Amino acid sequence: MKKIFVLFTLLIVTLSCHEDFDDNSVLTPKVDFNFTHNWDDTAINSSNLETETVTNANGEVINISSIRYLVSSFQLTNLAGETYSFEGYNLTDLAIEDSYNFIPEINNIPTGTYTLKFVWGFNEEDNIDGQYQDLNTANWSWPEMLGGGYHFLQFDGMYNVDTTNPLPFNFHNGTARVSEGVFEQNFAVIQLDTPITITNNTTIEVKMNLAELFTNPNTWDLNVLDTDLMPNYQAQKMMQQNIMSVFSIGEIAQ
Amino acid sequence: MRHWLIYCFVFSILLGCSSEDAKQDNTYVPIPYQLDIPVLFQNKLIDPIIPIDNQLTVEGVALGKRLFFDNILSVNNTKACVSCHSPQNAFTDSNQFSVGVTNTSGSRNSMPLFNMAWNFDDRYFWDGHALGLEQQALEPVIDAIELGNDSWEPVEAKLNNHPEYPQLFKQAFGTSTITKTLVTKAIAQFERTLISGNSKFDKFSNGEVTLTAQEQNGLSVFMDESKGDCFHCHGNPNNPLWTDNKFHNNGLDATFSDLGLGQVTGNPNDNGKFKSPSLRNLAYTAPYMHDGRFTTLDEVIEHYSTGLQPSSTIDPLMKKVGQGGVNLSTQDKADLKAFLLTLSDPSFINNPAFIQQ
Ligand code: HEC
Ligand code: HEC
Repeated sequence: MKKIFVLFTLLIVTLSCHEDFDDNSVLTPKVDFNFTHNWDDTAINSSNLETETVTNANGEVINISSIRYLVSSFQLTNLAGETYSFEGYNLTDLAIEDSYNFIPEINNIPTGTYTLKFVWGFNEEDNIDGQYQDLNTANWSWPEMLGGGYHFLQFDGMYNVDTTNPLPFNFHNGTARVSEGVFEQNFAVIQLDTPITITNNTTIEVKMNLAELFTNPNTWDLNVLDTDLMPNYQAQKMMQQNIMSVFSIGEIAQ
Repeated sequence: MRHWLIYCFVFSILLGCSSEDAKQDNTYVPIPYQLDIPVLFQNKLIDPIIPIDNQLTVEGVALGKRLFFDNILSVNNTKACVSCHSPQNAFTDSNQFSVGVTNTSGSRNSMPLFNMAWNFDDRYFWDGHALGLEQQALEPVIDAIELGNDSWEPVEAKLNNHPEYPQLFKQAFGTSTITKTLVTKAIAQFERTLISGNSKFDKFSNGEVTLTAQEQNGLSVFMDESKGDCFHCHGNPNNPLWTDNKFHNNGLDATFSDLGLGQVTGNPNDNGKFKSPSLRNLAYTAPYMHDGRFTTLDEVIEHYSTGLQPSSTIDPLMKKVGQGGVNLSTQDKADLKAFLLTLSDPSFINNPAFIQQ
């Protein structure tokens, strides 16, 4: 009995010591992510999303009505090549500022200098049809006939708003359909090389330049590709290429 | 040791008894009500929202049901909530505009009531002006063309002087002093139990039945961006609510006599936007749209196919507005309708828990 008691006390002491370590933010800071949005030099947020008039690289004048997108599989890799992966995903709705923040449930990592990598949309392993209740509820599914799973992006608005004949566009991205019943993965791995030094609890700003969706390498002509883009293999692949230059690292707030 | 155990046991029984007695003397503790959530919803959707300060109880739900059906809430004891929200119409009515105590009608179509605990934005009415079901229920009682009271006081007085209601409120809420807050809490509890999740399509999703070839093609039209493209606003097999509960302008009018959401937010970008209705139970909810302008589903489908009206706030998802609409073939229109009808749930309109006993 006595032995057990001693062991028990020891256990408690060790446990509490362990907790002390956890509380010490210098050793294992918490990391979260804050997405901010711009159209080149113009910041876009919930208050000007629907009122700002912007022009894409091809010269079409655009009014945005809504933008939502999904990112997942966040990883930070330090100089020693050690990788820390964060569980979870984030569906950002530009109309809802709270959704700009991604706070992984377990987000402690050692101090150090890192680079960030994440997945645009879901990778093949994660993109399971109907799997995520919050995304189902948010009406975020990608149709089964196009390979199922989830949207990566929904960007809707009007273009040629400077003319008498503005037209709708639905710039939606997800799995690409090659032909009936044949599908191709269409997620993108975003690797940002800007070093991020983490010494304390940190919020990493990830900037999204929406104009880049229409710019690089494919100068997007909305007059040709405006709607019905989901079943359009070519359009889906062009989006996957253009997404690569959309994101960059912003401010690192400790 | 054994004796000690027995003492313990006896003692705990005594304790149990005495606390039971105490409950009956002072406050009756209502029994928590377990929502009957369809398995499909459990699998596909996040949990419904129940406000912390209005948890469902058996007594509260039963009281809410009684109030919902009771003419006592109207100024002249002739109408109740159920007058415009009837179970056999999936809790709407079959008029273009409902009539209240004055026999005059408003300018909006009554709305069906179900699966409202999954309306996560918690905004009610066609224009979303009421936040929360409790808040919503305050209005019809004192709306001149609905239940017609000038204020809540006479209604509270009638209820407080009623031979049974004070006791029922005591059981549900621990007080026999009836206030509008408690009345609306009870009604909201009942409304949250109105769950519809047993349509033919639900059974198909659960693997219990198959769809006909026509219904299957109708689903494809619904889900195909190059055909109907209905799913961006009205749900999909993974979102069995069959609505996004958001506000859109679906191209009904070029100019607006009813500003809808714009009236509420004051934002001209919101003019002509109304809440997407669920496509469940359409078989029972005609006429359709916020002003009940369409009497049949064929007219609704024709609207999306060829009848779209351009305006400054039309949703970009109404993408073929330049050509009048998505221009479905006769066959696709018929199939789409057949699919839409698989979303109707006869067990909902016949559920004894939702009908006056
Ligand atoms: C005279 C007919 C009438 C009566 C009586 C009436 N309603 Fe309604 N109800 C309507 C109409 C019409 C609407 C839509 C009005 C609008 O959007 O402006 C509506 C909307 C609603 C909604 C919003 C549903 C949603 O999904 O947004 C709820 C909830 C509701 N009523 C509950 C009630 C309750 C509870 C009562 C009784 C206290 C009641 N109604 C009495 C006609 C009526
Ligand atoms: C941009 C979003 C959007 C899309 C896409 C859309 N709808 Fe709707 N739908 C709405 C809104 C909003 C309303 C209510 C409009 C109003 O009353 O002013 C509505 C109303 C309806 C109604 C009437 C329901 C009722 O209870 O009154 C039906 C039926 C319907 N839609 C079917 C469809 C079908 C079929 C399609 C595809 C061909 C479709 N919708 C595409 C947003 C949409």
